[in-house]
Amino acid sequence: MWVFLATEVMFFGGLFTAYILYRNFYLSAFETGSRLLNVKIGAANTAVLLCSSLTMALGVRAAQLGKKKLLITFLVLTLLLGLTFIGVKLGLEWRHDYLEGFAPGVHWTFHGTDSRHLELFFCFYFFLTGIHALHMVIGAGILTVLIIMAGRGRFSPQRYNPVEVSGLYWHFVDIVWIFLYPLLYLIGGRY
Amino acid sequence: MGTAVVEPGIESRVHYLNASYGIKSWLLTTDHKRIALLYLASITFFFFVGGSAAVLMRLNLISPQGALLEPATYNKLFSMHGIIMVFLFMIPSIPAVLGNFLVPLMIGARDLAFPRLNLLSWYVFVVGGCFTLYAVIAGGVDTGWTFYTPLSTTYSNTNVISAALGVFIAGFSSILTGLNFVVTIHKMRAPGLTWFRLPLFLWAIYATSIIQILGTPVLAITLTLVALERVFHVGVFDPAVGGDPILFQHLFWFYSHPAVYIMILPSMGVVSELVTAFSKKRIFGYKFIAFSSVAIAAISFLVWGHHMFVSGQSVYAGIVFSALSFAVAIPSAIKVFNWTATLYKGSVSYQAPMLYALGFIGLFTMGGLTGLFLATLAVDAHVHGTYFVVAHFHYIMVGGAVMGYMGGLHFWWPKITGRMYPDGWARLAAAIIFIGFNLTFFPQYMLGYLGMPRRYAVYAPEFQVLNVMSSAGASILGVGYLIPLVYMVWSMRYGPVAGPNPWGAKGLEWQTPSPPPTENFEETPKVTEEAYAYGTEETQVA
Amino acid sequence: MVGHVVHKRLYILVFAALIGLTALTTGVAFIDLGKWNTLAALAIAVCKASLVVLFFMHLRWSSGLMRMVLLAAFVWFAILVALTLSDEFTRQWTPVPSSWQGQVQQQAR
Repeated sequence: MWVFLATEVMFFGGLFTAYILYRNFYLSAFETGSRLLNVKIGAANTAVLLCSSLTMALGVRAAQLGKKKLLITFLVLTLLLGLTFIGVKLGLEWRHDYLEGFAPGVHWTFHGTDSRHLELFFCFYFFLTGIHALHMVIGAGILTVLIIMAGRGRFSPQRYNPVEVSGLYWHFVDIVWIFLYPLLYLIGGRY
Repeated sequence: MGTAVVEPGIESRVHYLNASYGIKSWLLTTDHKRIALLYLASITFFFFVGGSAAVLMRLNLISPQGALLEPATYNKLFSMHGIIMVFLFMIPSIPAVLGNFLVPLMIGARDLAFPRLNLLSWYVFVVGGCFTLYAVIAGGVDTGWTFYTPLSTTYSNTNVISAALGVFIAGFSSILTGLNFVVTIHKMRAPGLTWFRLPLFLWAIYATSIIQILGTPVLAITLTLVALERVFHVGVFDPAVGGDPILFQHLFWFYSHPAVYIMILPSMGVVSELVTAFSKKRIFGYKFIAFSSVAIAAISFLVWGHHMFVSGQSVYAGIVFSALSFAVAIPSAIKVFNWTATLYKGSVSYQAPMLYALGFIGLFTMGGLTGLFLATLAVDAHVHGTYFVVAHFHYIMVGGAVMGYMGGLHFWWPKITGRMYPDGWARLAAAIIFIGFNLTFFPQYMLGYLGMPRRYAVYAPEFQVLNVMSSAGASILGVGYLIPLVYMVWSMRYGPVAGPNPWGAKGLEWQTPSPPPTENFEETPKVTEEAYAYGTEETQVA
Repeated sequence: MVGHVVHKRLYILVFAALIGLTALTTGVAFIDLGKWNTLAALAIAVCKASLVVLFFMHLRWSSGLMRMVLLAAFVWFAILVALTLSDEFTRQWTPVPSSWQGQVQQQAR
């Protein structure tokens, strides 16, 4: 799984490279765009995701100790927190941006100065958070499978590798968000 | 087991080919050897599809006005030739076929670390291939295998997205195979098999796997961006919006340059095996070759800008990339010197695999040296985008990698099938391929130097003689590739039965019967000698 | 074989630190530090990521090989960024021959 996560670093890395480049060239447009995002929701969502990492880690620990009910509890909590994150991101933030006319290619209504560079910022916003959300959805699927397997008693202190490995994946997706949050929401400087 | 005979017939013995019958036993197998054969069938198919595109292209180029094809069609043909040959033939070829078959055998293991993931890899490859074939059938793609923006994102009205999707999916197959090999080689070596006793083929596969793991994801995200830009008409690579088309080239070539090393490194590994086996001699400079494989893998990631010297990249970056590109030639040269030194005073025999290996050394050297011409900024300004580049990479990929693949296929054929192919025909085919290849591609060096651009359906009349030579060579080359197809298939049923070690070679894979049983070894072997320990004990020839 | 079992309390502590750092980075964004804002945000993000990697992902107790794998991934990402940016940032450096001065307009971004 660590090797697979290395490939994921490179996958997101390509996007981050492009982002770093354009951010450097169009700083004012990117800052404007960043300020248009809702920091409170972003921060809250970050907390939700960090919480889910905690519950995931505790779930792995429960598996190591052979505590089946605790494991299932933590896996379900992780899943619920993950789904909350996706729901807030897609249902609240994306919907809001779409309705406000900040969805490039789909519904873009801003025509002020630098609007094309602003559009570029929102491109990256949607691509980055979109691909991140896709990884979370996949993670949610994996968690569901784990919950079912745990329910059937498939894990024990000697056999809990799938839980550990899925945990690594989940934490990685969290780490991507740890970098996305400041790079998307906080670069504008809100002073 | 069968009755006791001096040479047990393969019909009376249970091995991986006859352990179970029926299509399900093949399509749901987790045996790395069967999966290798599944890959063999798929990539051979794609080789001939890509080859047909090349045939049509060369037929068109017989006349300066391009009498056969419309330019738009020609564009689609060279694109499909590139996409299919690179992503569906060359990248998988040696790793997926020979690697899958040999990695567990060479380390004394029963299978790879993740056998089911291996099967998944094959299915993912097939799905990716299907999407690409769909793109062909639905009218093709005309962006070239390089998908440069803004043609691919904005202006092309061909099936860019399905082709990109096909490549994206096939890339996952590459990543998963690489992952499997890295874990297997780290964790599953037989007792006594230290890193520096590994056959050099495995060092090459290991280095290749590193490249596959670290590079392919960047291609994936790049193609995703192209697709997203095409669908949503946003401007990540569009200068009118502030995007940078060169950024696409950076991201694309970050993978695609290491990709060409994915294509050549395993072949170099094969050549190391062939050169020792057919000179009956220890390899010269084992550690140099092993480390040079890893060095090539590492440095390969630092040189991608040499594809962009004239694209608008900064001159200073160009200087850096040029210098680094010179550096990457050094480990390759080290290998060539070491192989040559291995041949010196060896007891050389000239069966077909050795002919391919010798062909590789000569043609790869030529291709590699012309690579240095291209790495030189000033020279590249003149020959970029001409047939010089085309000749260079075909010398490396066809004269190099494919010949290594053919040599390896012949060398391990008795192990894979338990039968020997007819060596007379094989040598004839090797000679035809060598002659056809040189006739096809050597004129292209001259054409490029004289200024004929690549990817053009028509050309200036003064280039016609060389073009006709090249097309004639292509027809010979095509015949050369068809001959092995015939006799290899023939040999599977009618070839003489081969014993465990028909070549008298060193290596764990030769210590088990041909074809191997499903579990590879009756009991886990123990390794006590260095690799290629020729001349230290009697090696059984059976 | 059970791997290293981490104490519950350690996980909770790490979590608290992560929340604290999130609050910190959000707060710092509201203060004008000029160009240090970005650096501060990235530094805090790196800290948070390190906490997750070392403790939640157990890298602190894992073999050197796993650490190499992760290190390799980040080094390779660094290569991608560094060399790409080396081109993009030096495009405007190309010297213009003196006879062309004034006639050539450097491309504006």
